[in-house]
Amino acid sequence: MEAVFLTLVLVLSIALGFELISKVPATLHTPLMSGANAISGVTLVGALAAAGADQGLASAVLGGLAVALATINVVGGYLVTDRMLGMFRKKDSSGS
Amino acid sequence: MSNLAINFVYVASALLFILGLKFLSSPATARRGNVLSALGMLLAIVVTLLSKDILDYRWIIVAALAGAMIGALAARLVALTSMPEMVALFNGSGGGASLLVGWSTLYPASDSVFTLVTVVLSILIGGVTLTGSLMAWGKLSEVITTRAVVFGLQRILNSLILIALVVSGVMFVMNPEPSSPVFFALIGLSLLLGVMAVLPIGGADMPVVISLLNSYSGLAACAAGFAIGNNILIVAGSLVGASGIILTNIMCKAMNRSLANVLFSGFGAVKVAGKVEGEVKPISVDDAFLILEASSAVTFVPGYGMAVAQAQHAVRELAELLEKNGAEVTFAIHPVAGRMPGHMNVLLAEANLPYDQLVELEDINPRMGMIDVAVVIGANDVVNPSAREDEGSPIYGMPIINVDYARTVFVLKRSMASGFSGVDNPLFFADNTRMLFGDAKESISGLVAEFKS
Repeated sequence: MEAVFLTLVLVLSIALGFELISKVPATLHTPLMSGANAISGVTLVGALAAAGADQGLASAVLGGLAVALATINVVGGYLVTDRMLGMFRKKDSSGS
Repeated sequence: MSNLAINFVYVASALLFILGLKFLSSPATARRGNVLSALGMLLAIVVTLLSKDILDYRWIIVAALAGAMIGALAARLVALTSMPEMVALFNGSGGGASLLVGWSTLYPASDSVFTLVTVVLSILIGGVTLTGSLMAWGKLSEVITTRAVVFGLQRILNSLILIALVVSGVMFVMNPEPSSPVFFALIGLSLLLGVMAVLPIGGADMPVVISLLNSYSGLAACAAGFAIGNNILIVAGSLVGASGIILTNIMCKAMNRSLANVLFSGFGAVKVAGKVEGEVKPISVDDAFLILEASSAVTFVPGYGMAVAQAQHAVRELAELLEKNGAEVTFAIHPVAGRMPGHMNVLLAEANLPYDQLVELEDINPRMGMIDVAVVIGANDVVNPSAREDEGSPIYGMPIINVDYARTVFVLKRSMASGFSGVDNPLFFADNTRMLFGDAKESISGLVAEFKS
């Protein structure tokens, strides 16, 4: 039953994702990509559980590595997206 | 915190991700959207850390600090021209993390077939994303050849890898032993597949590859979510997966090619198009200045060459001077100009050019006849009239920016070498085209100096 429930979550999220993203204008495609990429670092949540669950050395090492990689993805992804978006300005606005 | 409470907080995180993506649909709200999405992530991480399942924080603290430092430094230090490489590496690290999360699920091993299948999937997708992204990074930074690498037995070899993957995957699910050779074969083959998948793709097709790997990084998180039974991974992962697929589709359409064609054809290696004959007409900076000074409508068409020459600041300066001189200035951006979706837009934003001055090809093409000068800066295939006229051309059917319909075309180019796809460009030989040879940044700076004097 759980498999069915998880699959339902999957299908609904994909449908929602298509709906949301198809409205993003071309000028924002790069920030969209890096922002979405940062979201995919959510795998960090799983990595934290693996690294800290005290299930033996193998799990801790794999989890720890996963935490490091996913944190690079999350922190780097959000910061670089913010940096890019900070540069977009409209004509005649005072933003630098 | 109880698992139930944690899962409710995950719902809030998911909502923040969704709102964040929604706000990304307008440049005015995009930055806020990114902050919302980051808040959602922070929320998910904090409640996970509060979970009673987490007993040992030592590994987490060390790994998270190291990762945060690397990520923050990379995000701050990277030059905007290297953004495609950066995004490729971030994609790869996400994929690698999902591979490891799937792997770690095997301690203690589960005997549920559903879980095992999803573990195999997260290792497969995560592994392909990891090495595929590293390959993409290598091609983008020109550590390895940017040309498509195609060899005789490639398809057969790739098919064998796929078959071996399926076999080892099935064998592993039937006998889940994480230290068995079968399991390591599974990991190794997944990593190998990522390398082989990106190998035959040429540099000009990189926007497609980057978008696709972006999608994979989401799907990998999704698969890892199934493996550990975690909703937030599935929701967030599939949002990213969907976003990557949409971008991939937009990129393919912009090149009038199917995804299969981009992935398997080794486009860059094919050079059979009809040779273009004719005489090129060079122009000096002085003469170019005289023409620009008399123009009332100018459009710039940037391409990857502008990024390479780092010419975006000089270009913005020239655009401002032209406007002061009374000309209407636009920037025509082709969807696949550069090495990733939206590459040119980011570079021009960095140069402080307002985004409402950028127009897409559907908007500029109908007005091209009214443009006095179209200035092509380091773009080639996206302005190649063969795509419209020559049925034998490999890029035939690709929507292009019709700069050849403008009264005059300036092409800024280093030399007469053919473009990235190796296709000759009749635009260079057209009657209304003038070639401004040399480094794009120097040529533009020369024009700026003339305007100022």
